[in-house]
Amino acid sequence: MPKKLYNEPSPLETRVLSARFGLENSESLATYVANDGFKAFRKAREMKPEQIIEEVKTSALRGRGGAGFPTGLKWSFVPRSSPKPKYIVVNADESEPGTCKDRLLMEYDPHQMIEGILIAGLAMDSHKGYIYIRGEYRYLIDHMDRAIAEAYAQGYLGKNILGTGFDFDLYTHSGAGAYECGEETALLDSLEGKRGIPRMKPPFPAVAGVWACPTLLNNVETFSAIPVIIRDGGAAFAALGTPKNGGTRLLCISGHVNKPGVYEVPLGYPMLKFIEEIAGGIPGGKKLKAVVPGGSSCPILKADECDIPMDYDSLAKIGSMLGSGGMVVMDETTDMVKVALRIMRFYAHESCGWCIPCREGTTWLRKILQRFDDGGGRHEDVALLGELSKNMLGRTFCALGDAAAMPTISIVDKFADDFEKRLAAREMVAV
Amino acid sequence: MTFSPKLEEKFAKMLQAYPEGRKRSAVVPMLIYAQDEVGAVTPELIDEVARRCEVPPLQVDEVVGYYSMLHRKPMGKYHVQVCTNISCLLVGGMELYEHASKKLGIGHKQVTSDGQFSLEEVECMGACSWAPAVEINYDFYHHITPEKLDQLIDGLRKAH
Ligand code: FES
Repeated sequence: MPKKLYNEPSPLETRVLSARFGLENSESLATYVANDGFKAFRKAREMKPEQIIEEVKTSALRGRGGAGFPTGLKWSFVPRSSPKPKYIVVNADESEPGTCKDRLLMEYDPHQMIEGILIAGLAMDSHKGYIYIRGEYRYLIDHMDRAIAEAYAQGYLGKNILGTGFDFDLYTHSGAGAYECGEETALLDSLEGKRGIPRMKPPFPAVAGVWACPTLLNNVETFSAIPVIIRDGGAAFAALGTPKNGGTRLLCISGHVNKPGVYEVPLGYPMLKFIEEIAGGIPGGKKLKAVVPGGSSCPILKADECDIPMDYDSLAKIGSMLGSGGMVVMDETTDMVKVALRIMRFYAHESCGWCIPCREGTTWLRKILQRFDDGGGRHEDVALLGELSKNMLGRTFCALGDAAAMPTISIVDKFADDFEKRLAAREMVAV
Repeated sequence: MTFSPKLEEKFAKMLQAYPEGRKRSAVVPMLIYAQDEVGAVTPELIDEVARRCEVPPLQVDEVVGYYSMLHRKPMGKYHVQVCTNISCLLVGGMELYEHASKKLGIGHKQVTSDGQFSLEEVECMGACSWAPAVEINYDFYHHITPEKLDQLIDGLRKAH
């Protein structure tokens, strides 16, 4: 049966990774194989590991989890000749607020990701992989377990895969509710059965990851992009995007738009066009006020900053990030004090408490913002919020401290008016 | 302690998934699957998971407080989780949470006196583009309005 999609696709999309979404039984191995599935694996089997990595480098694929690190380069850091076992770990702990795409990649096309993992296995000389899925996605863990069982039953996983002599075992691993575990070293600790506390780097996971063995860790979407890169060539994938920003990516748009959803577009797609034409614009003819470009950790953009192409470098140039692809649109009625407070409540809740600037910083920022929202704000609070946030930047083991600070800094800088309005309203009442 | 045959089978497979001497890796998944069956992470469950994963009970105990989905006291038969994070907030997530709280007569992480329902204000659950979103146990519900939530809850009450 054709699967009901969560949202209507848009004719303006470039569907590469999502090409099979909506096909009859799109999640089955048979559908995958009938629609180009496992051609890339067979091709990769004939290639040298260095050639596979070179192809990924040529594709200009960058990590789709958040940081946007060049994937081919990351792959080249794993010492494939190490005598230790090498592991592949998939980060399916999707939990960056605003992001809901990995869900679809696993739900509609699980074998595409599995093939990507196998190709990584060939390139790393790795024979074991784990898909770390957030606990809230239990239906997807079950779904992936079924897909994995199907692949084993038909010889696409296990011993001597498709008669090539290559062995690979793949397992799902359930999280149990912790945003912090999306950070790669915290995820590895969690995978080892511990609290997910970030590790000091170096050593990087490529060299000493899970169980102190070389580990390749990528996001669901990153692995899902590998088959098409190997099948059609890295250059073809790169050509879809802009220089150094290869391919397409799945963007999740939410908030004040008429057609929220997940849509696949080439890197470099114009942001305003995406909001207006793909997501149907803002309801009620209201004006755009702000955009979170790629998950709540990114500095927020003002409306007049949004006339830009969506690629990693263009966003970086204006001091923000493309992040995890979670784009949140806010119309002119949005109260940025409430937005800042909700974002900070989240980070304060999720801070693992390991680093003092993050633990104390998020707690105090939350308290100040809460007081402001409750009507007890002071003029000097606006500067205090900015100053406190800036003091967190770069002072923590992992990126959670920065992730909490960056949106806050951008909100108090760019939307100070919203805070002033609150203060003015209070003074009116006082008079 | 023993679990249902289905879960026992799952656990047997799970312990095989990790390399020699790395059974500790099964601690978190085992806790969460077992909690679904037992109802809460009880001291007996901690001991049992520790035994199966070949670690001291303390190493199991210490992870319980870290993971938000693990709890030492039973939640309701239907655990209603309402997301109020940013994407949901913008389209009525907070109002939805308050509505649920009024309707069920309980607050964050509380359980109704008949043990049927519990409520939790949760962080982003990966349904942002179909907000506001609710998860009841492990089932996702998208584009939820207060009316739809009433129907859902009333339906579950009747089913009981
Ligand atoms: S913000 Fe509510 S599901 Fe993502």
